[in-house]
Amino acid sequence: MNKDNQVLEELTSKEYEHGWTIDIETDSAPKGLNEGIIRFISAKKNEPEWLLEWRLKAYRQWTKMTEPKWPNVTYPPIDYQDLIYYSAPKQKVQPKNLEDVDPELIKTFEKLGISLTEQKRLTGVAVDAVIDSVSVATTYKTTLAELGIIFCSFSEAVKEHPELVKKYMGSVVPVNDNYFAALNSAVFTDGSFCYIPKGVRCPMELSTYFRINAANTGQFERTLIVADEGSYVSYLEGCTAPMRDENQLHAAVVEIYAMKDAQVKYSTVQNWYPGDKHGKGGIYNFVTKRGLCFGDGSKISWTQVETGSAITWKYPSCILKGDNSMGEFYSVAVTNNYQQADTGTKMIHIGKNTKSRIVSKGISAGHSQNSYRGQVKIMKRAENARNFSQCDSLLMGDKCGAHTFPYIDVENNSARIEHEATTSKIGEDQIFYCLQRGIDEESAVALIVNGYAKEVLNQLPMEFAVEAQKLLALTLEGSVG
Amino acid sequence: MNVSVNESNISSEIAQLIEKDLVLDIPGSSLRKEALEIFKRLGLPANKAEEYKDTPIARLLQKNFSFQSPSVRSTADPASFLIPSLEANVIVFINGHYSKENSRIISPDSEIAISSLADALAADDPVVLKHFAKHADFKVDALTAWNTAAWNEGLFLHIRKNQVTKPIIIHHIQDAVAGEVVTVSRNLLVVDGGSKTTLIEKFDSCGQANHFSNHVTEVVVAENAEANFYSIQNDNGNRYQYNLTQFYQLNNSRVNTYSFTLNGKMIRNNLQLLLDGEGIESHMFGLYLLDKDSLADNHTVVDHRKANSFSNELYKGIMDGNSKGVFNGKIYVRPNAQKTNAFQANRNILLTDKATVNTKPQLEIWADDVKCSHGCTTGQLDEEAMFYLRTRGISKDTARAMVLYAFAGEILDNVNHPELKHYLDQLVSERLHKNF
Repeated sequence: MNKDNQVLEELTSKEYEHGWTIDIETDSAPKGLNEGIIRFISAKKNEPEWLLEWRLKAYRQWTKMTEPKWPNVTYPPIDYQDLIYYSAPKQKVQPKNLEDVDPELIKTFEKLGISLTEQKRLTGVAVDAVIDSVSVATTYKTTLAELGIIFCSFSEAVKEHPELVKKYMGSVVPVNDNYFAALNSAVFTDGSFCYIPKGVRCPMELSTYFRINAANTGQFERTLIVADEGSYVSYLEGCTAPMRDENQLHAAVVEIYAMKDAQVKYSTVQNWYPGDKHGKGGIYNFVTKRGLCFGDGSKISWTQVETGSAITWKYPSCILKGDNSMGEFYSVAVTNNYQQADTGTKMIHIGKNTKSRIVSKGISAGHSQNSYRGQVKIMKRAENARNFSQCDSLLMGDKCGAHTFPYIDVENNSARIEHEATTSKIGEDQIFYCLQRGIDEESAVALIVNGYAKEVLNQLPMEFAVEAQKLLALTLEGSVG
Repeated sequence: MNVSVNESNISSEIAQLIEKDLVLDIPGSSLRKEALEIFKRLGLPANKAEEYKDTPIARLLQKNFSFQSPSVRSTADPASFLIPSLEANVIVFINGHYSKENSRIISPDSEIAISSLADALAADDPVVLKHFAKHADFKVDALTAWNTAAWNEGLFLHIRKNQVTKPIIIHHIQDAVAGEVVTVSRNLLVVDGGSKTTLIEKFDSCGQANHFSNHVTEVVVAENAEANFYSIQNDNGNRYQYNLTQFYQLNNSRVNTYSFTLNGKMIRNNLQLLLDGEGIESHMFGLYLLDKDSLADNHTVVDHRKANSFSNELYKGIMDGNSKGVFNGKIYVRPNAQKTNAFQANRNILLTDKATVNTKPQLEIWADDVKCSHGCTTGQLDEEAMFYLRTRGISKDTARAMVLYAFAGEILDNVNHPELKHYLDQLVSERLHKNF
């Protein structure tokens, strides 16, 4: 026990590895939120009139809404007038290639291990790097363009493909969907846009690297992925953020629109700054993610590894509208110290023969609270719908909590729904088995946790799986006995 | 508060009624007053209220009840509702009034002390003072507050130390032949250390007018005691019902609960177990067989407060017609409750495409050395089982009845009282049109 406590102590006292700030001149809006600020953001970004109107509509909706109180998390009230809603790295000219990019920015990416040049040469991943809300550079654009794939920053998409943006933005997550989605719709600064044309299989993993910089900035990203008939894309999103004492708000929106027989795989490794070991600071991660399986036979798959953020409030969902469409949700959520996570998914079955699968693995340690909240809804018309859900929780230490709130609503008698959940700690017999075979306790725990999360980690693309395993090991090794 | 105009109307209407009947300066009146204030503040649960989101109780009461007619004395003969072969202490309430001529106490006073709750309160019985309204929390649930403020008849059952008693059956009969009936009733059962008892609450009704009952039972199970609790709800289609059964368990006690809901318009059962001791064992079984436009909502809470306890829950439902089944099961494991084992399962069959089920199994765990699990399934008749039976020349209807009866059988098998088991088996068979 003592040894475990010692190891736990060492690990939990570990400073956040990716915590640093780089001084980049930023061009910020004044604090606060009103119609003026929204006009300012819109003007800064040279946006067309229709988008400004859209933002203002969202803002007016937002002012009428109240912050949701139902999640199983507690935090001091957020003063929305005390945040800066726009902050862009200052650049004199739009960069045409990597050499034009501010060397300070390049350095940031190098520290994070995603040097653009290296990425380009070695991994074959096209990276749309986002620093403080403005896309700085996009690689592999030409290769993608040949296939007709559009992968660019949101603001670029607004300028160059307004008809697509206009058509699909807000079609999956309407502006008045929830409090944070409305806020995002009003003030989003940038994000990624992706369009895969008919019958095209995207040859590489598309990826965005998010990073919050400048203090006091809420980050409001917006991602829109449209997969046309018969196309396939795998999209990666990863996060690291520097150390801050003040809480930062992150309210992103991700929309996926899948047409007939299209397949979208969306993977996330989330490692925002979780606050220090006393629960001070850290990111508030209030994200709305939703995919619409619009066409028959379409498929959307969410995979997430959540290790960071002081508070996570996130329910990547699938609306299974098309017949024979399919939704998947794989999640590993790890909380340590004073982190709080309320995460899960919604599977709304509308079409016939729709299928969904939920695998959620929660791990809580320290003083953290980890909740799974999910809904499986089978509508009247959804003949032969099928759902399987499994949500397991692993508890490490006697100060943490694990909670499960699954809602299962069935309105069709041909549906088959199964749900199971377990909560336990790492078995003494399992540890004993490993010890007997000469594996030390710490490695044994790492082995068991990795095995526990394997089902989800296996879903991640190769590039991510390595990072995810490292993150899991870093947060948890040795923290149990 | 998101209370719509209508819902706040019904709440204040009920509050006025309670206030009108409130007699001040008698034993317990200050508690009633306190509960009334809480009821006024909470109001009946609004449509969006999480705990009542599938059971719009305020709207249903508003729509279907005038609350004006005085509860009528009934002339109904309760004989058809009794369980014939059961050797038990029989207590009958008709429309909320104790019916002496139909009741029969066979256990001696040395085993069970039975008195009216009002008398026991007036006599300052220390056991009543210690437990009455101490366990059923009226500060969070408006319907319990309503009950605490306005109950008019109730029983105090005290099982004395180290006794094994004959079962006690309480019949709650509502006779709505002459018009609307609304009753508010309440019981307290205290099982002293080392004793073993069985309490059966049976709800029946007749008549075409709407009838509503708000019934709260508190059960205290002391060290090494065992309580078996049955709730048999076999009402007609105009019955609205709110029930809270609150258990308070001490060290090494054992509780088995059985809930059978066979009919009724709107049935809301709150079953709550507080495990405030070590070495406790609790089993909960439930069966709801619904058809037409019945709504049955079972909310259960198991709260593990201390170490080394075990709880197990199995609820099963068959929904036919337009009916709706709701299940919400909460398991709390508090920080001190290490080495807790808690299991929960909910299984549902939907027979028509108009029937619905909403289920929400919920685990909230703050201790690490525990084994907890829950599972739930929803589906239709097992096609393979049906096919197997059909290939052996069994008609569709019979095969269907067989499969359903087998599904319900898992609950019946757990009933440990032979006469009751026989009686319940008959009820369920009849309900499932068993003809083999």
